[in-house]
Amino acid sequence: MENNMNITTAQYQADRDGNNSNIQATVDGQEVHIPLDPANRHYAEILKQVEAGTLTIADAE
Amino acid sequence: MAISTIDNNGANLGQLGNRNMVTNGSMQVAQRSTSVAGIGANGTAYHTLDRWQIETGGSNSGRFTMSQSSDAPSGFGSSLKLDCTTADTSIGTSEYLLLEYRIEGQDVQRIKKGTSDAEEITISFYVKANASFNFVLEVLDATNNRACSKLFSTTTGWNRVEITYPADTTGEIVNSNAQGIRLFFWLHAGSTFTSGTLNSSSFNTQTASKRASGISSFYSSTNNEFYLTGVQMEVGDTATPFEHRSFGDELAKCKRYYNSSYNYGVVAGTASNDTPINHMSRGGSYNIIGQMFHSTPMRAAPTVVIYNPINGTVNQLKGDGSSYANAAVLADSFAGTTFYVNGTAISETVFLSVHATFDAEL
Repeated sequence: MENNMNITTAQYQADRDGNNSNIQATVDGQEVHIPLDPANRHYAEILKQVEAGTLTIADAE
Repeated sequence: MAISTIDNNGANLGQLGNRNMVTNGSMQVAQRSTSVAGIGANGTAYHTLDRWQIETGGSNSGRFTMSQSSDAPSGFGSSLKLDCTTADTSIGTSEYLLLEYRIEGQDVQRIKKGTSDAEEITISFYVKANASFNFVLEVLDATNNRACSKLFSTTTGWNRVEITYPADTTGEIVNSNAQGIRLFFWLHAGSTFTSGTLNSSSFNTQTASKRASGISSFYSSTNNEFYLTGVQMEVGDTATPFEHRSFGDELAKCKRYYNSSYNYGVVAGTASNDTPINHMSRGGSYNIIGQMFHSTPMRAAPTVVIYNPINGTVNQLKGDGSSYANAAVLADSFAGTTFYVNGTAISETVFLSVHATFDAEL
């Protein structure tokens, strides 16, 4: 089976220079900070769900 | 090489040391928790023992408690225990319950999979249950989606199971920190996974209906208990004695995949002022809280959860007299993580602290 995650929110977080540095998300009801590393299983799942059109990552504030 | 062929003068030291490709096979390390109840809803998660994941799907109604148990065979101090607390005797077609272990591709290159020199692998483990059951241990080459499944049985006493899987000359496993091999202990499954003939004689492209044919159901009764320890995966056709490692060695290996600022044994989110990540605020509207450097470099940049040490509130930090919201991650890598709070002016004399967990599981 592939990772079975329920991701309900996702928003980029910006560093001091305004570049996206990570994603603050809610995964299986847990608020987490996800790095932009394709080897990270949560980021990989976010990319997969974005590709499938089932998740949108909000811009950084 | 069979163990019987190794003599005092010709010991193959490379084979004797580090031959077990499974970390925490003796179920010594449980950084997250030693017991979690009510598991079973659809999901993929690590609950208790490090490296051992639970996967459920198909809307099982069964539920269980996962714990680290002191019930173990001679020579072992711990086992993984699953205790059924809600039965599910009406098995939906797509239901499944898996106990899973994932290994990095770069750590299984020794099996030479996908080459003409491909090796057999032998997986051994100690298992017991409250009754006689048949379950399946499936080995999946995650790079090429090729799998082989083998049945094993339980009794009410501890038994060592030894299973050899055939060499597979098709499909090389990626040589990186990505998934290489996945081990699935099939404990419950609907007909989607059981209706075919078990794919047991060779590695083949994974076919759902052939993955778990012939298994019993762990959810058949609330009397059901499943215990596992001493899991070892090694090259060759022989199960050698379990390779015991010290707790410190196993903990360090586990920290490649999960780390925590809490003391060992303290569940994340618990109110605890012991060993948080501290820093003196420098004031202004962009306050660096502090940094956590990992004692073991992690497999990848980890997913981080931030907790207030005094009450466990997520995404909050502790000051001298107040708590502050919007704690976040500034930078995150396999080596360490930097925390900050943005947009809140904090006096430069305030001492700030947070706790955090770090997840770089496969």
